[in-house]
Amino acid sequence: MIELAGVVKRYGATVALGPTDLRIERGKTTVLIGGSGCGKSTLLRLIVGLLVPDAGEVRFEGVRVTPESVTSLRRRMGYVIQDGGLFPHLTARSNVALMARYLGWTEARVEARMTELGGLARLGSEALARYPRELSGGQRQRVSLMRALMLDPDVLLLDEPLGALDPVIRSELQDDLGAVVRELGKTCVLVTHDLGEAAYLGDVLVLMRDGQILQRGTVDELVHAPADPFVTRFVRAQRTLAL
Amino acid sequence: MKRVAIAFLLLLSACGPPHVTVAVGSKSFTESVLLGEVATQLLRDAGLRADHRRELGGTRIVWDALLSGRVQVYAEYTGTLRAEIFPTSPDRELRDLLAERDILMGAPLGFSDSYAIGMREEVAQRLSVRTLSDLLAHPDVVLGLSHEFLERADGWRGLKARYGLGNEVQGLDHDVAYRALDTNEIGAVDLYSTDAEIAHRHLRVLVDDKHYFPAYQAVLLMRRDLDPNAAKALEKLAGAISDERMIAMNAKVTLDRESERAVAAALLADRLAIRSTGRDPTLVERIARRTWEHLYLVIVSLVAAIVVALPLGILAAKRRRIGQVVLGAVGILQTVPSLALIVLMIPLLGIGRLPALAAMFLYSLLPIVRNTATGLIDLAPSLRESAQALGLPPEARLRLVELPIAARAILAGIKTSAVLNVGTATLGALIGAGGYGQPILAGIRLDDRSQILEGAIPAALLALFVQWLFELVERFVVGDRG
Repeated sequence: MIELAGVVKRYGATVALGPTDLRIERGKTTVLIGGSGCGKSTLLRLIVGLLVPDAGEVRFEGVRVTPESVTSLRRRMGYVIQDGGLFPHLTARSNVALMARYLGWTEARVEARMTELGGLARLGSEALARYPRELSGGQRQRVSLMRALMLDPDVLLLDEPLGALDPVIRSELQDDLGAVVRELGKTCVLVTHDLGEAAYLGDVLVLMRDGQILQRGTVDELVHAPADPFVTRFVRAQRTLAL
Repeated sequence: MKRVAIAFLLLLSACGPPHVTVAVGSKSFTESVLLGEVATQLLRDAGLRADHRRELGGTRIVWDALLSGRVQVYAEYTGTLRAEIFPTSPDRELRDLLAERDILMGAPLGFSDSYAIGMREEVAQRLSVRTLSDLLAHPDVVLGLSHEFLERADGWRGLKARYGLGNEVQGLDHDVAYRALDTNEIGAVDLYSTDAEIAHRHLRVLVDDKHYFPAYQAVLLMRRDLDPNAAKALEKLAGAISDERMIAMNAKVTLDRESERAVAAALLADRLAIRSTGRDPTLVERIARRTWEHLYLVIVSLVAAIVVALPLGILAAKRRRIGQVVLGAVGILQTVPSLALIVLMIPLLGIGRLPALAAMFLYSLLPIVRNTATGLIDLAPSLRESAQALGLPPEARLRLVELPIAARAILAGIKTSAVLNVGTATLGALIGAGGYGQPILAGIRLDDRSQILEGAIPAALLALFVQWLFELVERFVVGDRG
C-alpha cells in the first residue's frame, strides 16, 4: 500500500530520518511509536508529502509521491493532527465539507456523507453547526476525523490525534477511534508515544529511535523478542499501562 | 500591473463631473481668485461652459497648467512674466515670447499691482523708517515674507542685493504673515500694492527709493486653442478694473467676508451691465459638493490601492525575498510626507484630481501590503498544513483558507489606509482636486475661522464614519468565530 525505500530526511546537519525502508500493509493499522524526536512524525509527514525526502522515495499504491503527484494522492489519504488543524473561519460542518464542495459534490451527497460520518464519530448536527472555538478538544478531534474521512480515503494518517486531550476524554476517544478503524477496515498509520494506545489500536508496531526503525512487529514480539536493549527499556518504561 | 492601475485611475478620473469647455485657473491669493471668478462668470454670460480651478498654487504651477492645457485662461502680471517666466530674454517683447508657446496676452485689465514692503505705521514711526534704505539702520527687524516672494528672481533675492539688506527672514504664508505682524513676531511683510490690508491694518508702505520693484500690469493669458467666442467675451474686461476698484474688491472679500463670486458679479454688473444669474451655494450645497469630491478621491484611490496591494501582499508572503523588496519600496513611499508626494505628482500628472489620486493611491499601499503579508505569514503552520494535507491546490488554499483567516488583519490594513486617505485628501485642494481642503485653504487665506471649520469638521466626521463603517464590515466578515 505505502512503501518507503531508502528515505532520508535532514534538517540542516541533523538527520531526522533514515535511511529507512518500510512497507505499510493494506487493511492494517500500523503504529509508529517512539520518544519525541525519534522521527515518527517526520515519517508520517513524508507520506502525506508535507516534507520532501532528501534521498530515497515514498510510493503510494505504486505511485511515487512527488510535488506534482501529491495533490491528487492526498485526496486518497485522510490526515489528522494533534490540535485538529480545523479552520477557525468555518463551522465544523463547513470544515468537514470543504474539500468535497471544492470537488463539486452535490449538497445532497455532502449531506448524506455528513450524516453517515456524524454517526460514526458520534457528533450531532448541533455540534457540527458550531465554530471550532466553541467546541471541546475532544469534539474538535472528532470533527477533524470526520474531515479526514469525508472523501472516503484509502488510508487514514493520524499524527498523535489524542495527544492534547485529558485522560478521560482520551480513553473515550480511543474506544471510538478503534471502533471506527475496525468498522471501516481502512489502512491506518498512527503516530503515538503511548504504548498502551499503540497496543490497543495497532496491528503492527514500528518502534523508532533517532531516525531509525529498531523493530517492527506485534506487541508480543516487542515484549518477548526485543531486537534491541532500547526496545526492552521503552516497553518497561510504559509497563504501568494496561498491558 | 502598474499600467493597469494607471489606466484604472485615468478611467475613474474621467467619469467625474461633466466635461468642461473652458477651465479658468487662479493662483492661491485673493486677487487672483477674484480675477478668475470674474473671467468665469463672463464666459458663462457668453453662453459657454466654464469652470474655475481655484487656488491651484504659485505662478509656476498655474503657468505649467496653462501650457499643458489643464487650464485655458488665467490672470497674470506682466512683471511676473518678465522676471519669473522669461528672465533670460529681457529685451524681447512679451507678446512674442508668449506667442512662441501658443499663448495669447489679452489687453491690460486696467490696474497694476506691484510688490512692496510694509510695516505697521506705529512701528515704522517709532523706528523712523520711511524708505527701504532706512531699513539698513535696523538690521534687527525680522521680515516675514511669502514663499513665492522668497523664491522669485524679482523678489527677495534681488531686493536684498539692490539695497544690501541683511535682515533675518522668515518664510510665511502671506495671510499668516499679517497675523504675525500684529503680534510683533515679525517687523515687516511683503505686500501687493492693491492689498486691502494696507489701509485696514494701518500699514506703512516703504518707499522704493532705489526703484527696484517694477509696476506689474494685470493681463489675461489665454491659450491659442481657446474657443474664439471665449476670447471675444474676455476682451470686454480690457481696462475694466482700475487700481481703486481692485483694492475695493480685495477689501470686500478679505475684510467684509463677501464671497469672491458675489464681488465678481458686482463688478460685472457695474462695469459691463452683466447680470450674473448665479448665486452663492448654501452651506448644505457646499458641503454636499465637497463631500462628493472628497469621497471620490478617497474611494477611487482606496479601491485602486486594494486592487494593487492585495496581490503585492500575497506575493510578499509567498516569495519572501521579493517580499522584502516590495515592502521596502512601499515603505519608502510612506516616508515621503503626503504634501510633498502630492506636489511631486504635478510634473508627472499636472494638476487636478489625477495627481491627488495617484499620490493617495501610493500612500495607501503600505498598510494594505504589510497587513496582507503579515496576516498570511502569521497563519498557524498547522492550519496551512491541514489545508495542504486535504489536497487543496495552492490557489484554492489561498482563496478558501489563508485569505479568509487573514481577513481581520487585511481589513485592519484597509481601514488604516482609508482613514489616512480621508486626511490626505484634504491636501488635494492644494492642487485643484477639491474636497474638504478647499474651505480650509480659503479659510487660512482669508483668516476666517468659520471657513476652516466648514472643511475641518466634515473631514473629522468623515474619518470617524469611515472607522465605524470598517468596524461594521469587520464584524460582518469575521463574525462569530472571534
